[in-house]
Amino acid sequence: MDATMRTIEQTTDEILNLAAAHFKVPRTALESGDDFYKKLGIDSLQALELLTRLENHFGVELPDYEVQGVSDFRTLATRIQARL
Amino acid sequence: MDEHKGKSLSWRTAEGVIELALNRAPANEIGLAMLEDLERFTSSLPALESKASALILYSEQKAGFSAGADLRELYAEAQKMEKSLALKGVREFLERIHAVLNRIDTSPLTTIAAVHGVCFGGGFELALTCDLIVADKMARFCFPELRLGLVPGFGGIPRLKRDIGNAVVRDLLLTGRSINATKALAVGLASQVAAEGEALRVARSTAAQVTKFDRATSAAAKRFIKPLPAEELRREIDLFCELFTRPAVMEGLRKFVEDKGAHPYLP
Repeated sequence: MDATMRTIEQTTDEILNLAAAHFKVPRTALESGDDFYKKLGIDSLQALELLTRLENHFGVELPDYEVQGVSDFRTLATRIQARL
Repeated sequence: MDEHKGKSLSWRTAEGVIELALNRAPANEIGLAMLEDLERFTSSLPALESKASALILYSEQKAGFSAGADLRELYAEAQKMEKSLALKGVREFLERIHAVLNRIDTSPLTTIAAVHGVCFGGGFELALTCDLIVADKMARFCFPELRLGLVPGFGGIPRLKRDIGNAVVRDLLLTGRSINATKALAVGLASQVAAEGEALRVARSTAAQVTKFDRATSAAAKRFIKPLPAEELRREIDLFCELFTRPAVMEGLRKFVEDKGAHPYLP
């Protein structure tokens, strides 16, 4: 798929899939509005792992200061979408 | 000693390659214990180097290569002392860590850092002493010091300037952001990227390659191409110590240490 043709919904869905796979939680347990720190029980080091996965998957660079204050998947998706 | 197991690291030599494994939970934070172990290692280096061609540095901690200086220890120690004594203690620590890192930097052996996970601050500075960095696909490199009102103090700025373009150095230093292995490769910081979990294997393969060459010739080539920026390294210590006296630094350290949330490693 041409990365630039993703909709925000598709991007969000891919993020949820990646997060579920990386942190080994059921995909059905995650929703776009979830606080990923609380839902996944992760700390900032693990959040950086997720960031790396997302950068590698989407082929983008997402400076970590862009995720400052971001804690839900949907907002994370908008940050990535802005780089596609 | 060809093999040694310390509190925070261990080393062994096999087939002409020394492997130094960092192993201080949770993320190889560099405080007094790690410094003392590194000093033991560098004291042993002359004997180890006589029988080897390459040195690999890697981590046995899941979190990564190293998250950098032990900020909790730094804050705790600084809190106990009057300001001028705290500053004296900081300068002494820096002089000691610089001696260790300079010794690794100027080893006649070809040195390889196999980096996975976080490679931040002082940990990044340790990796930068090496001739080559092999980055795991999940590695991240960062100089977060400005977040604390400081600059890298273990020699990171002169070493990074030696290796990559000034614009990238400014980006890392002035934004405090972390970059991934793909970016590290693109800017010439990493010489190779390995699949997840494979950095040490790739480093070993690279080390096996360099053991094929005449040791004296390799050492001469390295001395020719890799000068030690001695004057800048000394000035960096002075700059760090000058900044350390500012109230914003203790406040930044306090916030980091007291942060019980999920976010201390994010900007």
